[in-house]
Amino acid sequence: MKDIAFIVCGALAREVLALNKKHNWGADVFGLPVLLHNEPDRIPPAVQERIDQIRGEYKNIVIVYGDCGTSGSLDRLLAQEGVQRVAGPHCYEMYANGSFEGLMEEQPGTFFLTDYLVGSFDHLVLEGLGIDQNPQLRDDYFSNYTRVVYLAQREDPSLQQRAKWAADCLGLPLEIRQTGYGLLEGRLLKLINDSPQLSL
Amino acid sequence: MSEEIDITKLETPELLELIQDDLYDGLADEVVASVNELLARDMTPSDVLNKGLVAGMEIVGFDFRDGILFVPEVLMAAKAMKAGMEILRPLLIETGATQIGTLVIGTVKGDIHDIGKNLVSMMMEGAGFNVINLGINTDVDAFLEAIEEHKPDILGMSAMLTTTMTYMAVVIEALEEKGIRDQLLVLVGGAPLNDAFAEEIRADAYCRDAAVGVETAKKLLAIRRGQPG
Repeated sequence: MKDIAFIVCGALAREVLALNKKHNWGADVFGLPVLLHNEPDRIPPAVQERIDQIRGEYKNIVIVYGDCGTSGSLDRLLAQEGVQRVAGPHCYEMYANGSFEGLMEEQPGTFFLTDYLVGSFDHLVLEGLGIDQNPQLRDDYFSNYTRVVYLAQREDPSLQQRAKWAADCLGLPLEIRQTGYGLLEGRLLKLINDSPQLSL
Repeated sequence: MSEEIDITKLETPELLELIQDDLYDGLADEVVASVNELLARDMTPSDVLNKGLVAGMEIVGFDFRDGILFVPEVLMAAKAMKAGMEILRPLLIETGATQIGTLVIGTVKGDIHDIGKNLVSMMMEGAGFNVINLGINTDVDAFLEAIEEHKPDILGMSAMLTTTMTYMAVVIEALEEKGIRDQLLVLVGGAPLNDAFAEEIRADAYCRDAAVGVETAKKLLAIRRGQPG
């Protein structure tokens, strides 16, 4: 039986793979589709299904998801299953490195991007919200927003350029904050180090 | 395609069906043309609203709930309904159409999301409510002022974020402190909410979408007024 598996939101998969390598956790990483976020009710059953699939193969399973709009139902499921989740309501809070609430207080109309969202902006935002088909919907969604804050994991000029394009698509000014993995790394480390079951 | 149809040649029931189809497809210009045609046939603004726009939006609401339609399609339908409402609203006021109650509604402080709240506003207006929409980022003072001024039957609050939904409790506590909580129904909605949260903050009901909001408002108001359901 292997030691540990991470079941991760697809939007965090790249970063979790990088952290897994950096800290030599030797975990297997299983992703779930990002589009589940469009219907958060589907997240807990999808996580449950994945847990059921791999439970017999691993001593420990860690869920790398925020609450992500499941209104606590993901945590209730994990409590029943005896499986731990990395702390945090959503990936923006994790990446913002403690500044999420301040940013929202400063400007409630803040739209966040991460490396993942910058890379899939056209698919998730423009197509996902139907703006590509009906450009007039952009203002229905975004007229109350005042800025885009890009919480950048990597320092990559091409991603920064694409973030600028994304902000221009929304007609909003862009702020770039180089946050790296933010609180995600520390929380995962703590989860693994503090738990006798998970200590590697 | 409805632009190929000569609507003047359609029977009124067919035209009402066409309005519903065009609303479903988010075709605002076509909806406006049919509304004008029905009014030209001396149908009352109230009937055009209820038998055309509201009936059409109800189908949109059901199909959204059943996962057949998604947010973009609902928004396009709402835009088409709004276009029709622009024509009907002054006529409804002019003809003194009966209003079944007053709703004050807003997105709570710290939150700028208003798509759902605006949809609820429009559906409630369509259902015969006088709607006072306070917009986004509404603080407790703004809610209290509006309640004082408009004496609503219902207060509606919306929030899209887990960080802002708790502000609803602040507003309800303020209503309790002022001794006016029992004078109105409090309905709450928004993506992160559920029935348990509504109960916890002592709201009267959680409404998962606009159609449920209208149904709940009508039902609870009728109960409060001692009318049969």
